[in-house]
Amino acid sequence: MIGIVGYGAYIPRNRIKVEEIAKVWGADAPSYKRGLMLQEKSVPSPDQDTITMAVEATKNAIKRAGINPAEIGAVYVGSESHPYAVKPSGTTLAEAIGATPDCHCADLEFACKAGSEGMFIAMGLVKAGEIKYGLGVGADTSQGAPGDALEYSASAGAAAFIFGKENVIAECLFTHSWMTDTPDFWRREHQFYPSHGGRFTGEPAYFRTIMGCGTALLKKSGMKPSDFAYAVFHQPNGKFPMTAGKQLGFTEDQMKQGWLCPTLGNTYSGASPIGLTAILDIARPGDKIFMVSYGSGAGSDGFIFQATERIKQVQDKAVHTRAMLDSKSKKYLDYGTYTKYRGKIKLRGE
Amino acid sequence: MRDVAVIGVGMNKWGEIWEAAIRDLLAESVLLALDDAGIDSVEAMYIGCMSSGLFTHQEHLGSMGPDYAGICPTPGTRVESACASGGAAIRAGYMHVASGLADIVMVAGVEKMTDVDGGGATFALATAADQEYEVYNGVTFPGLYAMMANHHMNKYGTTRDQMAQVAVKNHLNGSKNPLAQFRMKVTLDQVKNSVMVSDPLTLLDCSPITDGSAAVVLCSMDKAKELSKKRLVKIIGSGHASDTIQLSQREDISYLKSTELAAKQALKMAGRKIADIDFAEVHDCFTIAEIMVIEALGIAEVGKGGKATTDGITAFDGKFPVNTSGGLKSKGHPVGATGVAQIVELTRQIRGDVEKDRQLKKANIGLAQNMGGSGGSSVVHILEGM
Repeated sequence: MIGIVGYGAYIPRNRIKVEEIAKVWGADAPSYKRGLMLQEKSVPSPDQDTITMAVEATKNAIKRAGINPAEIGAVYVGSESHPYAVKPSGTTLAEAIGATPDCHCADLEFACKAGSEGMFIAMGLVKAGEIKYGLGVGADTSQGAPGDALEYSASAGAAAFIFGKENVIAECLFTHSWMTDTPDFWRREHQFYPSHGGRFTGEPAYFRTIMGCGTALLKKSGMKPSDFAYAVFHQPNGKFPMTAGKQLGFTEDQMKQGWLCPTLGNTYSGASPIGLTAILDIARPGDKIFMVSYGSGAGSDGFIFQATERIKQVQDKAVHTRAMLDSKSKKYLDYGTYTKYRGKIKLRGE
Repeated sequence: MRDVAVIGVGMNKWGEIWEAAIRDLLAESVLLALDDAGIDSVEAMYIGCMSSGLFTHQEHLGSMGPDYAGICPTPGTRVESACASGGAAIRAGYMHVASGLADIVMVAGVEKMTDVDGGGATFALATAADQEYEVYNGVTFPGLYAMMANHHMNKYGTTRDQMAQVAVKNHLNGSKNPLAQFRMKVTLDQVKNSVMVSDPLTLLDCSPITDGSAAVVLCSMDKAKELSKKRLVKIIGSGHASDTIQLSQREDISYLKSTELAAKQALKMAGRKIADIDFAEVHDCFTIAEIMVIEALGIAEVGKGGKATTDGITAFDGKFPVNTSGGLKSKGHPVGATGVAQIVELTRQIRGDVEKDRQLKKANIGLAQNMGGSGGSSVVHILEGM
């Protein structure tokens, strides 16, 4: 049996509301909230980045896995906001958790699906017998250009998954990846903010890809949507995953536990992975879980997991995702503080 | 001047057509029109298109049009008059045949608007206004029509409800048109509560961004009688007039003088009065536009266009149905294609060729009114079934 041995997430405590951003740009907040099905998003503090959040999420995963981190044979961090263009986030993460030096490491990029890629590769190496445990992390502190539609949703968070063959808490039954060359969203080297194709990011990109992957995964597995207890999709806003999920045949009930975007925003490489952690927090043995990520450019990684008996023993060994999302120590920022934290203000010397 | 008939029509389904480039859209309707006419060649092609250059970086449709329809060396000419490009192309094609220069001419209209984002589309559309005195000072099209609406509301007491009713009516009509972009019905409340674009115009008061094309085959009447197996539809009137490009220079900013004059010319040529017309396709780029157009055409008294709408005069089952196709509001507005699509609708209604649940019982004489910018140009055609 191959699958998830430990999982964990991290969500920073700062938030900013749609109204606060809309007020500055003269936008109509109610229509943004309705249209995007989004109320507020997470914001990283100035001392947080993809690496720090990856470490927090991984520590939670190790608590649940109950393993010696030195036995982790591969560390993959997927992000579109790696602090360095050259120097992997993964080496710092591996050092911080004690997985070095006998460890493979690579940083991954594929817009918002870089996290699920790490999961896919880590699991593949375990399956091949190359490593005992593999770590795949999705983490991002992405930016949206000021006043752009994406500024309302680009947020921060991380999810970490340790794969192995022993003490599996969620078996991976099937995977399927689906990918085309579709330029819906991109960022050139040295650009601070990403560019996107407006409405082109919808039907011809997100929906076409999620449907392509989801349909193929269902076919490959011979399963129907009603076989699943939970489903989670990439969530760039609240609306898209609900629409795509329903198109595939899933219900709101199946999707709502993993549907975090309305109060979290779009954590990019963390999006569907963090949604998966929220599901694993309450999944019961035998529950089947359907996950399809999405990364612009464009592609989707699909997974079918099934919770094992052991999941009950580990769920409470680390903080639950929704507890972090709804935390009482959430701090709401004004737009000025938000821009300071996000490095959007031109400082002297720049 | 010889008599000219419409012997073929073609139109594709309008919407956001990601997989089609402008050349594909144009060829599609041209080929449909050739098929409908039962011919495989024409002597000339006119292409109405507002701004293929700004939207797709492609000019020279005079070559690309015949090329991608597979009919080189047939000559092509792109005609531009902002949103009246289609109507102006029809007039050019009409003159080409009526003058005797050719017997069969294709008139197509096309716009591919989704290769730019919303900002890019607004920018391109704004080139229909006065760049120095209007656009330079920050106004866009919704802004111009909002000013016209506010003036009309202040002067005549036209209400939000009356404007919204135009959208309700046109969406109801469009819901029955398989080629329309937005086939959902809307309610007055939905229109009024949709997001504000430019006070008092909300999202559902405004026609959308659309990819699409339409084409018609115009033929000299003699030849048409030989060729066509369908009911012949004759162009009995054509009119064209301009007005100041700047809204602020108009005599009355909520009265469409160019439409009035173009309609008068067309009616005079046709030897008819507005009361003789059975139905019309008009340029509802914004809901207030339809209200002002029906006043300028004389379908309603000046200042009473709103009331005529809520009284149901222009409804499908009203005394003078307007926009049975769904209008720009529901059918869509791929700018250069709109004027040509109006002729397609008139022809199909007159022939008795539209979907049964949207076929007018009385459709012998129809009028098409196509307008550019905030009314700087208007083209009117009148068609009659033989």
